[in-house]
Amino acid sequence: MSFGKRTSRILFSTPVLRIGSILTTLFGISVFVFLVLRVIPGDSIAGAFGIETGVLTPEQIAQLRVYYGIDKSLPMQYLSWMQSFLSGNMGYSYSTGISVASLTVKSLPVTIELALIGTILGVVMGIAVGTFSARKPGSVRDFAGQLFGLMALAVPGFVLSTTIVAITANKFHYFPNGYEFMRLWEDPWMNLQQMMFPGLVLGIAVAAPVMRTTRSALLETVDKDFIRTAIGKGVSPRKVQTRHILRNSLIPIVTMTGIQFGYLLGGAVIVENIFSLPGMGRQVLYAITKREYATVQSSVMVFAILFITINVITDLIYRKIDPRIKK
Amino acid sequence: MKRNSLKPKGGLYYYMQSTSGIVGALLLLFMVIVSICAVFGWLPHDPLEQNVEFAMQGPSTTFWFGTDEFGRDIFSRSLDGMRRSLTVSISAVSIAGTLGVTLGILSGYLGRWFDQLIVRLSDVIFAFPAILLALAIVSALGNSWYQTSLAIAVVYTPIFIRVARGPVLTVKEMDYVKVTRILGFSSLRILRKHILPNVTAPIVVQVALSLSWAILTESGLSFLGLGTQPPNASLGLMVSEAQPIAAFAWWALFFPSAFITIVVVGLNLVGDGLRDALDPARRSS
Amino acid sequence: MSKPLLSVSGLGISTVQDPRSLVNSVSFEIMPGEAVGVVGESGSGKTLTALSILGLLPRGVAIAGGSIVFNDIDLTKADPETMRNLRGSDISMVYQDPMTALNPVMKLGRQLLEVIESHEKLDNGSIARVEAVLREVGIPQVERAMESYPHEFSGGMRQRVMIAMALLLSPKLLIADEPTTALDVTIQQQILALVSEQRRKRDMSMLWITHDLGVVANLVDRLIVMYAGNIVEAGTVQEIFTNPQHPYTHGLLSSLPSRTDKSRKRLTSIPGVPQKPWLVGNSCAFAPRCFKATAECTASAPKLVGTLEKSVACFHPMGDK
Repeated sequence: MSFGKRTSRILFSTPVLRIGSILTTLFGISVFVFLVLRVIPGDSIAGAFGIETGVLTPEQIAQLRVYYGIDKSLPMQYLSWMQSFLSGNMGYSYSTGISVASLTVKSLPVTIELALIGTILGVVMGIAVGTFSARKPGSVRDFAGQLFGLMALAVPGFVLSTTIVAITANKFHYFPNGYEFMRLWEDPWMNLQQMMFPGLVLGIAVAAPVMRTTRSALLETVDKDFIRTAIGKGVSPRKVQTRHILRNSLIPIVTMTGIQFGYLLGGAVIVENIFSLPGMGRQVLYAITKREYATVQSSVMVFAILFITINVITDLIYRKIDPRIKK
Repeated sequence: MKRNSLKPKGGLYYYMQSTSGIVGALLLLFMVIVSICAVFGWLPHDPLEQNVEFAMQGPSTTFWFGTDEFGRDIFSRSLDGMRRSLTVSISAVSIAGTLGVTLGILSGYLGRWFDQLIVRLSDVIFAFPAILLALAIVSALGNSWYQTSLAIAVVYTPIFIRVARGPVLTVKEMDYVKVTRILGFSSLRILRKHILPNVTAPIVVQVALSLSWAILTESGLSFLGLGTQPPNASLGLMVSEAQPIAAFAWWALFFPSAFITIVVVGLNLVGDGLRDALDPARRSS
Repeated sequence: MSKPLLSVSGLGISTVQDPRSLVNSVSFEIMPGEAVGVVGESGSGKTLTALSILGLLPRGVAIAGGSIVFNDIDLTKADPETMRNLRGSDISMVYQDPMTALNPVMKLGRQLLEVIESHEKLDNGSIARVEAVLREVGIPQVERAMESYPHEFSGGMRQRVMIAMALLLSPKLLIADEPTTALDVTIQQQILALVSEQRRKRDMSMLWITHDLGVVANLVDRLIVMYAGNIVEAGTVQEIFTNPQHPYTHGLLSSLPSRTDKSRKRLTSIPGVPQKPWLVGNSCAFAPRCFKATAECTASAPKLVGTLEKSVACFHPMGDK
């Protein structure tokens, strides 16, 4: 089959190729998620399904059957799942009788809020320390900055969280996360208090790579010829710093921020657990311990879709910032 | 695991110039020795032995790191936990490294559809945060040490594919390699003489870095209860167990955490040292 | 006799850590309205000398001694604000590589306006001023160019923009560091013609750095020849070309291919490799490669002796046998 010239040009044009590429990746992800959870020995799904239908209504059980593609061959199971998922049937949780879709609708905003707070804190800290370090490379302050970056990386989030909890809750009897979780619109003050510590822990985790990226981007830019040109023109040091150095260092920083935000969405599992935040991470964890495979499968799929979406958005922002790239 | 470079003035010589590299290597060495002691059981106390009468005591001459709520020696448990973490991590990275590098080199060298396929597959895995993916796989497979190892290996294979593939693509396009192909040199020889030397350096660095990530992931899994099961000792599990008593028995939280931090710092410093030593530009970060 | 615009005296430049001398001792003057060329191979110290005037030495390299006096101010000791005021307005510089000398994420118009903004207030007439200078340097479609980014232009065009930037505030001294080296020969000619014309129009002093003697002949009034961090000969273009005194200068001139020489002789070259400035010590730097060298040449360093029209640092100048 050969395409006409015009058709070829449209079919293989960059935006079409990119969308095609994203769809292929999403397809690959769905197959991967599907296969991973089918590794479960034998008829565990069918078995558990048969025994523990819990509090589900007959209609919900029927939907779950379609979701799992029970009694179908493997490829058909996949298709059945994909069809269900895409039409909004994300399965049901046995223990609660709630659809995974509505669970997700409730838990996703929490995770997103947490990831946003963590990313913002992390980027602010990271850029601050990175700039601080880059001012005098090789100096004591540079060493201190890099040490901070190393520690932020090496001390695990769960250690930091546990320490915070031990100190604030047990020593100072201050533990906002011990109370019922409040959403941002229900009780903003309480919500922020509850997001504060987990946000800080995640922020520190994000700060490490952002700091490293900032520092190396700044150091690399400072030696570039056009900085010399700017100074040679008589531009004030402040403007050289902002308009020339920072502006050119932004691109890698923005890219790194996007990646970090994406990872926080899924990587916040442990923190959500420790601080009892009803987010997606905790949802997955809970589902794993209760062997609610539908929830696990759907949630993981949602995570991946989000991650890809964020990558795409970061890519778009990146293209806007750098005029050298053709749209 | 760590190989000297093939150049005359060995990478080892340059590595020794980097203070952070040396410090890192020492920290790492310490942890390895500690783990070996645990392997042979050369521990002051049995990690599983409960001495309830000595429960929740701070560091002392008998119990160097103190005891937990069951009276178990935290020092011995930390060493044993370190051994577990290293075992899982090393096996995970070995699998990921071997598989990833092989696929990466083949992918880069053979190109075309095979390359596209491999790249797509690794993109799929890259789409997941490490912890989440490891969680999902462990939940499906089970949590014995080799299953955890396998889960972590899957998560970290794509990075090795990418790291190995890059230099292969670059070198493949170089004129001097094209000439050898025209001259009819066998692919194997080209691979060995031209591609391998360029690929070794970034891989060695990546091994160190991946080990540090693997240890963090493994301890994260254990913390969540999805790795090593009690009463066995695992650093992440010990931190989890220390949660309720942390305010009264800081040593139960501190020492296992310190072990994790030290080994991760060590590996990162070693990775940086290796990067500086093996990079022809030889600049410090 | 009028006062020199720029007076460099005993200038030394060396690396900061593990100090090595890169420029040993350089002294010269530039009169108002005069164009001086500095010729030398890579490593002779010519670029560093030029950069040091505006205090633009790279990291790790600094002025080690001497003075640079402009308008009665010693630039080597001036405070940062004084330097900033001079840069771009009294003294301007054009650099070697136009591909990397411009901010890639800033529109050209903005980069040009920045020059005005840094020294005066921007007003409604500023854009017109910038556009006028762009036209003068030969940029087509000036309004569009203002809104463009550097990567949309070729090397030759970018260099024209750089020249426009340098000329915007009518500097008294323009320093040009091999601005045509990275360009095609035809473009090179255009740029040279452009600069020549501008210089005459504005009656501007110029310091032109190059490694190519041929380029400089029609461009400057006086020449300075540098070797291994020292000045070995200086004088008017006429004198240097017709009567080179230093063996090195003589060698440089002989190695130029000549359009008129039909003898089909081999091109002559100077044997050996350029000396590193910090290894010179107390002797003539050129001695190892010099066909006239004697024991005297390695015993002590020759000093630059002569007048503005002709001076040389040599124990055995070409004049005597």
